[in-house]
Amino acid sequence: MKYLQLFLAFLQIGAFSFGGGYAAMPLIKAQVIDRYAWLTMADFTDLVTIAEMTPGPIAVNSATFVGNQVAGIPGALVATFGVILPSCIFVTVLAYLYTKYRRMALLQGILQSLRPAVVSMIFAAGLSMLMSVLFVSGAFSLALSNFRIRGCVLFLAALIVLRKFKAGPIKVMVGCGVTELICRLAGTLL
Amino acid sequence: MSETGMKKNHILRKLFFSTLYLSTFTFGGGYVIVTLLKKRFVDELHWIDEEEMLDLVAIAQSSPGAIAVNGAIVVGYKLAGIAGVLCSVLGAILPPFVILTVISFFYNAFRENFVVQAMLSGMKAGVSAVIMSVVFDMASGIVKSRDAILLIIMVLAFIANYFLKINVVFIILATAAIGALRTILREKQG
Repeated sequence: MKYLQLFLAFLQIGAFSFGGGYAAMPLIKAQVIDRYAWLTMADFTDLVTIAEMTPGPIAVNSATFVGNQVAGIPGALVATFGVILPSCIFVTVLAYLYTKYRRMALLQGILQSLRPAVVSMIFAAGLSMLMSVLFVSGAFSLALSNFRIRGCVLFLAALIVLRKFKAGPIKVMVGCGVTELICRLAGTLL
Repeated sequence: MSETGMKKNHILRKLFFSTLYLSTFTFGGGYVIVTLLKKRFVDELHWIDEEEMLDLVAIAQSSPGAIAVNGAIVVGYKLAGIAGVLCSVLGAILPPFVILTVISFFYNAFRENFVVQAMLSGMKAGVSAVIMSVVFDMASGIVKSRDAILLIIMVLAFIANYFLKINVVFIILATAAIGALRTILREKQG
């Protein structure tokens, strides 16, 4: 049952993530957190962080990670197979049609309309993540005591370094991690 | 073994090791991998011509799933049919599968560790910033297109996803239908 659920969940993620990169994120969140509760929001954020730090697509990384967490290596195999199966079928059929007809206007028209929806959904998933960085968990009012000050400062600093100084994402993330570590070490020593 | 059989084996081996290598050492997502696939198979090996590769890349990018995997599929299909697809996909997913399986193991063993916890917690702020920065770039591209329907899709998809919690798959299907309709209407007019 667990295997079937893993397979079907990741099959859906593979079949409906259009646009690459973070496009899979809202779908992974919908299945893995909202529907099956295999991961908590905190685990999910760790997963996205880990996926960003390692080679390989987020969707494949997530399938392997979640499969392992839920049902060990067999689970990882089932989930990973599920996530790539739609690609294998869809892309092969398209490549076949392309070699026959060489016409792709409809597909590109569909993709053009999908792009803004995908952006919005990545934004929504990223926003849930950002909330857990900026606010104490479960806080809904904007009272100052509900803000995680260090999280806010780190986020803004990371954003500035990314946008203004064009630093690479991995450097920025490691920088944030090391800063947090130093702050905590200082906190325990003082 | 016949000469064509040997040639085919050579192609399959090359496909597997090329995608394995690219998938192990490429950070920065599918678009980077697709560029490197082009470099390898068009510029170095001359197995695919430039123009055809552009169309194959377009297929990889317009299909659901991870772009890196899709890119491996189109190249594999083009060079060696279904056997090529299997070889190149295996090469593409093996590295992230192994890496994430190892990490998943260590994640369970070390997630309570002081240093790991601090690093992950800090990197969370960094990854949020990275995602928001990507969203900003994608969204400004759509705003600059000055296409009112795309803007409406973007706003509605966000409301539907973030506030109304409408199923992500449903949003994607609805948007794809709008895109198909627009393309068909445009073709009828033109």
